Amino acid sequence: MPDPTAITAEQVQHLADLARIALTPEEIEHLAVELGSIVDNVRKVTEVATPDVPATSHPIPLQNVYRPDVIGEILTNEQALSGAPDADDGRFRVSAILGEEQ
Amino acid sequence: MSDDLTRLTASHLAGLLAAGEVSSVEATRAHLDRIEQVDGDLHAFLHIAGDAALRRAGEVDRLRADGADVGPLGGVPVAIKDVLCTKDMPSTAASRILEGWIPPYDATVVARLRSANLIPLGKTNMDEFAMGSSTEHSAFGPTHNPWDLDRIPGGSGGGSAAAVAAFEAPFALGSDTGGSIRQPAAVTGTVGVKPTYGGVSRYGAIALASSLDQVGPVSRTVLDAALLHDVIGGHDPHDSTSLDQLWPSFEQAARAGAENLDLRGIRVGVVRELSGEGFQTGVQQRFDEALALLASAGAEIVEVSAPHFEYAIAAYYLILPAEASSNLAKYDSVRFGLRVTPEGGGTVEQVMAASRGAGFGPEVKRRIILGTYALSAGYYDAYYGSAQKVRTLIQRDFDAAFGQVDVLVSPSAPTTAFKLGAKMDDPMAMYLNDITTIPANLAGIPGMGLPVGLAPEDGLPVGIQLMAPAREDARLYRVGAALEALLEDHWGHPLLDLLPADFGRHPAGADRIVPLPGPGTEPDGGTH
Amino acid sequence: MATAELLSFEEALAKYEPVLGFEVHVELSTKTKMFSAAPNAFGGAPNTFVAPVDLGLPGSLPVVNEQAVRYSISLGLALGCSIAETSRFHRKNYFYPDLAKNYQISQYDEPIAFDGEVEVELDDGTVYRIPIERAHMEEDAGKLTHVGGATGRIQGAEYSLVDYNRAGVPLVEIVTRPIYGAAERAPELARAYVATIRDIVRSLGVSDARMERGNLRCDANVSLRPHGAEKLGTRTETKNVNSLRSVERAVRYEIQRQAAILDAGGTIVQETRHWHEDTGTTSAGRPKSDADDYRYFPEPDLLPVVPSRELIAELRAALPESPTVFRRRLETEYGFTESEFRDLINANLLVELEQTVGAGAAPAQARKWWLGEILRIANSRGVEAGTLISPLHVSELIALVETGQLTDRLGRQVLEGVIAGEGSPDEVVKARGLAVVSDDSALLAAIDEALATQPDVLAKIRDGKVQAAGAVIGAVMKAMRGQADAARVRELVLERATSVG
Repeated sequence: MPDPTAITAEQVQHLADLARIALTPEEIEHLAVELGSIVDNVRKVTEVATPDVPATSHPIPLQNVYRPDVIGEILTNEQALSGAPDADDGRFRVSAILGEEQ
Repeated sequence: MSDDLTRLTASHLAGLLAAGEVSSVEATRAHLDRIEQVDGDLHAFLHIAGDAALRRAGEVDRLRADGADVGPLGGVPVAIKDVLCTKDMPSTAASRILEGWIPPYDATVVARLRSANLIPLGKTNMDEFAMGSSTEHSAFGPTHNPWDLDRIPGGSGGGSAAAVAAFEAPFALGSDTGGSIRQPAAVTGTVGVKPTYGGVSRYGAIALASSLDQVGPVSRTVLDAALLHDVIGGHDPHDSTSLDQLWPSFEQAARAGAENLDLRGIRVGVVRELSGEGFQTGVQQRFDEALALLASAGAEIVEVSAPHFEYAIAAYYLILPAEASSNLAKYDSVRFGLRVTPEGGGTVEQVMAASRGAGFGPEVKRRIILGTYALSAGYYDAYYGSAQKVRTLIQRDFDAAFGQVDVLVSPSAPTTAFKLGAKMDDPMAMYLNDITTIPANLAGIPGMGLPVGLAPEDGLPVGIQLMAPAREDARLYRVGAALEALLEDHWGHPLLDLLPADFGRHPAGADRIVPLPGPGTEPDGGTH
Repeated sequence: MATAELLSFEEALAKYEPVLGFEVHVELSTKTKMFSAAPNAFGGAPNTFVAPVDLGLPGSLPVVNEQAVRYSISLGLALGCSIAETSRFHRKNYFYPDLAKNYQISQYDEPIAFDGEVEVELDDGTVYRIPIERAHMEEDAGKLTHVGGATGRIQGAEYSLVDYNRAGVPLVEIVTRPIYGAAERAPELARAYVATIRDIVRSLGVSDARMERGNLRCDANVSLRPHGAEKLGTRTETKNVNSLRSVERAVRYEIQRQAAILDAGGTIVQETRHWHEDTGTTSAGRPKSDADDYRYFPEPDLLPVVPSRELIAELRAALPESPTVFRRRLETEYGFTESEFRDLINANLLVELEQTVGAGAAPAQARKWWLGEILRIANSRGVEAGTLISPLHVSELIALVETGQLTDRLGRQVLEGVIAGEGSPDEVVKARGLAVVSDDSALLAAIDEALATQPDVLAKIRDGKVQAAGAVIGAVMKAMRGQADAARVRELVLERATSVG
């Protein structure tokens, strides 16, 4: 069961890091309070979600939806880069990456 | 003349175009003029196609003059919610992070509008990334309700609903994740349909929550919604969740419904859990009156119970943020959209975080953080996993209900349009507003909202929601068109004839209240 | 004496038991990507093999490539796995600029294939059974190029450029269970395991499996525990080791490095490590931590994969034999000596050989060309022979030589042309004008010219000194710049000697 205590600013900061969003200290404080209230409300789902109930991930059950292995419409390089904030040599340009290769 | 053309329904206008009595250029210009005239007040549009629309209208006129088959809706203007990708207009989902972005491709539904020779008038306002119930979360400013400019037009598709209600467009496309078509329809006195999940392609619809999103029509009449649904619906191999089946003609279903007002044999289920506490008096009253009208036409009214609906909002506000937190990860300033570089430069990680911090509004951040929380290690089973189970329980409730009745009904929204700003500081209060519409999205079933009058206490529109089993969208058009005909017979005119010309700048007059006979109380503030 | 950082391999093995584990990523050779209809191809101009979904454009949606599913099932079956009745895609959420959507569509707790076993044979015939935990489908990421800084590496770069041509290429990730008992043969086994996976995917035809192109990538997990200990040691994961030789070296290095740390009373940090081909060492990468919260959840844009029994039976029936069985069969069928066969295995050319024979060449000829000229060129370039030329082209080349249209020497020139990418053997012959001159009149003219300068030769031949013809044949071949069939020239010279005069 989730911890019923309030959500801390540290938790919000951690979530913001995972979600790659820079938040101001004010936003973090504010979100901690709001999230606590929302989570208190949505926690209700645990009341009826018993082990015998299967999960539904798709509202209309379908399976084996495939595409034939045939080349179709693709973008030109110009189209691909048309919305890029920065590009160079046909590629998207980003500033230096922290850390190392993945 | 110009004003007259904007007052026509899409089907009526299509008839005049086909007969050559009106040109598409005239019809398009009339709507552009209307937009020019009123959109300063409403702000229903984020982008207006202008000359491009007139050029396209001219092309369709020429095609028709050359004897080409331009289709039943050829030359009719249409508005498009900004959540849909259009390769000739910015597609921003009302977010700063996508400001000015012009996609290199059209959404499937947009491509289908174009090949049916409809004329895109522009892109309509919405809550940022469709997160909201009031259009106040648009990064580019709210849309105002044409019934009362101080009030919200609903959300997230407030722009499409307001544009259609205010005669800026005959009809429009919307998208509905938890009520974003049906709730704006309710508070603007218009018609909106959320099709069966998979009935309309999501390809090119900027995703909010993939398992809940559906594109659908927004219109002033049930027939117009059906005509538009016929154009945009059907299988799309670009969307894996698109249903690969043939659909009946919704136009025919709507026409059949309007022609045959004998509803004997139709069982209408009233969802017990979607009434009572939290529902505004006048909303409940007009809803009850509509039921009485259905009963008087021979329909059998049955009360049904959906015991798990009380968990729907909780499940929805876990599933939606979880999926959205992932769907919105792509806005990282690398391939498209806003890039904000922190002072003095920064690593790509810092640039991404700064761009997302600056580009997303508060509601988007709130839901992304909530969704990240719901999916994170240690919480998944309790939150996301449980919400998916609630989804199963709600589907079972629907299955049981549809075992007893043909359609289910509820008010489309618990209240009429609230004032702009009234719920901005209380996200949970805003979320609770979606109680009536969310269950259909969780279960994937189709839902239709249509107007049933004005609430006596505030003179604002009230909507009824019809729901049918998955894949039975035609049933909504049949029953919806019948109810619409019964109501308009009773009123003597469409509800939107009562739209105040000054958009409610002056307090509502008694003449705007439409009383209905039948069981229940006389309207509190109503007069005869 | 080992360096401060490394224990000698022998000492490391004397003290510790190595436990291995592998994650091998196989790029499938489908025509299109896993989730889009963009080409799955190598070497295009940047960002030209992309559809909206490969760039993660707003509104774009993935659709599963049916062929990729079939290939994945075939691969799962070849690994001895069970195929899941229902398998599902999940989203693995993390931010990185080469990941267009900032989530990778992968499989999590419902992989397409699970619980398999692969037989791996070392050079001396020792067989190990490697337990396979799972094989799952996922998509590749784009390619980053780091600009500025000295080495082209990420550290010190000023900025990076992203090409998404590779984004969305279908991958199967094959994950082993922990592998015990390899002891001092661990590095050798590591190499042999990856080679076996490579042979399997190539015999299936589901991947080009070129390690140097990244079609096959290996992450090697190594941990040590004292002999007799039950608890597993802390493991490291050495990423993207891109040749068979490197796999062996990297495992050996990690065993020695970890042993030295443990021996000095230190503890192993659970981390990813990067292999450096140039120095033959690994360096510390990102530590594994709680921050790795990938927030997996079922991909709502895709539906479950539920392969029918019929499909599985069909794919099972079409499976080629396992590389081990395959080796044993070839040994018998081709009648090579054991040492001849060993050479082929060591050069990793069995599959090529079989396919060349399958395309019509005689086993001995196929062996001669692969182990001869092709292997020589491969060694001189430091690449695998199998990557230079296709078995079909080798078989065509052999046919041209066998029918006398090319001499061996011309054949080698044609081979060079094919390897240089000039086309099929026939095309190279045409383009370079290398066909043997079989027009007798041209040959006779050259012969007469040669005889005129060496008038004594005819007499010698008539006197029975047939070997004297050699001088004329040499001159003719020289005049024809080698483009003549020496046997035919000889025939003609002898005819001339008997008919003239």
